[in-house]
Amino acid sequence: MTAADTLLRVKGLTKHFTLHGDIYSKLAGEKTQVLKAVDGIDFHIQRGETLGLVGESGCGKSTTARLVTRLIEPTAGEVTLKGEDLLAFSRRRLKEARKEIQIVFQDPYSSLNPRKTIMHILSRPMEIHGLAHSWTEKREKVLELLRRVGLGIEHIDRYPHEFSGGQRQRIAIARALSVDPELVIGDEPVSALDVSIQAQILNLFRELQKEFGLTYLFIAHDLSVIRHISDRVAVMYVGKIVETGPAAALFDKPLHPYTKALLAAVPEADPTKPAPRLTLQGEVSTPIDPPPGCRLCGRCPRESAVCAEIAPPLVDVGDGRQVACHNL
Amino acid sequence: MAETVLALDELTVRFRLRRGDLTAVDGVSFSIERGQTFGLVGESGSGKSVTAKAIMRLIPDPPGEIPHGRVLFEGSNILDKSDTEMRALRGRRIGMVFQEPMSALNPVFTVCDQISDALRTNLGLSKAEARERVIELLSLVGIPSPQKRLDSYVHEFSGGMRQRVMLAMALSCNPSFLIADEPTTALDVTIQATILELITGMIERLGMSLLFITHNLGVVAHACDRVGVMYASHIVELGDTREIFANPQHPYTVGLLNSIPRLDGQAKYLTPIAGSVCNMMDPPSGCKFHPRCSHAMDICRREIPRLKEIAPGHLAACHLHDRGTA
Repeated sequence: MTAADTLLRVKGLTKHFTLHGDIYSKLAGEKTQVLKAVDGIDFHIQRGETLGLVGESGCGKSTTARLVTRLIEPTAGEVTLKGEDLLAFSRRRLKEARKEIQIVFQDPYSSLNPRKTIMHILSRPMEIHGLAHSWTEKREKVLELLRRVGLGIEHIDRYPHEFSGGQRQRIAIARALSVDPELVIGDEPVSALDVSIQAQILNLFRELQKEFGLTYLFIAHDLSVIRHISDRVAVMYVGKIVETGPAAALFDKPLHPYTKALLAAVPEADPTKPAPRLTLQGEVSTPIDPPPGCRLCGRCPRESAVCAEIAPPLVDVGDGRQVACHNL
Repeated sequence: MAETVLALDELTVRFRLRRGDLTAVDGVSFSIERGQTFGLVGESGSGKSVTAKAIMRLIPDPPGEIPHGRVLFEGSNILDKSDTEMRALRGRRIGMVFQEPMSALNPVFTVCDQISDALRTNLGLSKAEARERVIELLSLVGIPSPQKRLDSYVHEFSGGMRQRVMLAMALSCNPSFLIADEPTTALDVTIQATILELITGMIERLGMSLLFITHNLGVVAHACDRVGVMYASHIVELGDTREIFANPQHPYTVGLLNSIPRLDGQAKYLTPIAGSVCNMMDPPSGCKFHPRCSHAMDICRREIPRLKEIAPGHLAACHLHDRGTA
């Protein structure tokens, strides 16, 4: 593993949102609260691999996606794209970088402009980045994209409402590919789809990766989807990465109590497998002014005195795996 | 001997729309025995929720209508009942849990107010008695310190806690039958696990029967005794959960099971079902699944296959199984 193979590296990435209370709480002199959506996470993605980012609602997955595309600005931390500091990019350089990083959103009903035809939706990114000039050239490229994502020539002049959810997600993928990116971020790209369609889209992601040598940051809350698509996985819990490692090893032998709990809670589509159960106490902790120490405090079966005091750092445990837990 | 609590007999629900007629549920028959959990599984638009609403007589008419079929609850046909009789049935004998607790619960009343409303109307309890009972119910569904949460509003609860409130409300008048329409779909997996455990435990403890509607085959595998698989308004396969998962007979069921990525799975490519669900305004002739089916034959385009028993207690609606019975 050399630095040259690392496409994206994230270090100490942090996003805190300050919650401004209403006028009454201000008059009462209450302190403003801080929501620590992403709280110092480190990860890297090698060229050509898929990193799966998994966690429950509110754990900071989507905020992470928005931070690494600079759709929102981080509070602290570093993001390097191919060795360059993404956060220091000028507007012009950032525009170029956007060509290298594309994103596919969760809901294909709100991510496509309902007033534009598919031709417009797919050719506009090429125009913006100066990748196609004449109408014929654009048209040819769009047709090629449609063919590649499994849609037909007849679809080119239609509007998004004429398509089903699965087809729309194909269009969103085609749009991401239209500028020939290196890194594609999928922010829950299959969670709004029915299972038979979800399988088609997952296969499409795989085929495209092979064909174009794409690198994926794939975000999902569904563990079996993450297991299926990822080479490596990072598990997030309330703003922190608690465990990361190769997908097979992490799923076969989870080390962090939270990863274990997540896996035990998945109902597998096989009645002979053990029934899903929750091995943690209580509910997901809040990211608003969290106490120092481990975020899993108060829920964890392996808790000890140190856990409430010091947040466990992500440490190497061998085989490319890292875990953030005091009591392994 | 097992006693049948609910039996659907050729239930058909049609919506008369300006663009034409849409048959959302077409000749659906199944029965649920006392103490049993029946899972109705299928993808969006397959008719699962409409079936549940028809059982509760919650289909708005117009545009909806039930041209034929019967819904027998404890032996009498629900579709023949008057509105007064239905009011006595809903909530008291049949409880219902909906998918989205935030929109099913009333945001401007406290939890205590809305649950005791049902208790006071249906069971004639006094305000104080109802309050006591609400505390009991909330602790039954695992809400910590119910005395404190009693006077909270719904927005003050998390998603999982809201679903517990919904469940408490559905159970408030001791119904013998519960309909749960995607009760865990909006929830995270760890919360889903607790709610599932809670529902199945409750059913067992209170000796109730349950109609469980979901699109999640994993949930069905662990929560249900029997399963009906719906596709485009028809039940295409019906049988014991273990049998359906071990030995699926309808190509759609097989396709669904092959579409799911597995937790232990090494399969790099899934085998999805080709194409997408047919347009219900203009369904294909014959078997509605034939345009997506790799086994489609001539007869599939002409004739709608009937649900036939292919093994004891295991039914499938597919022409592939005609040869065996012919």
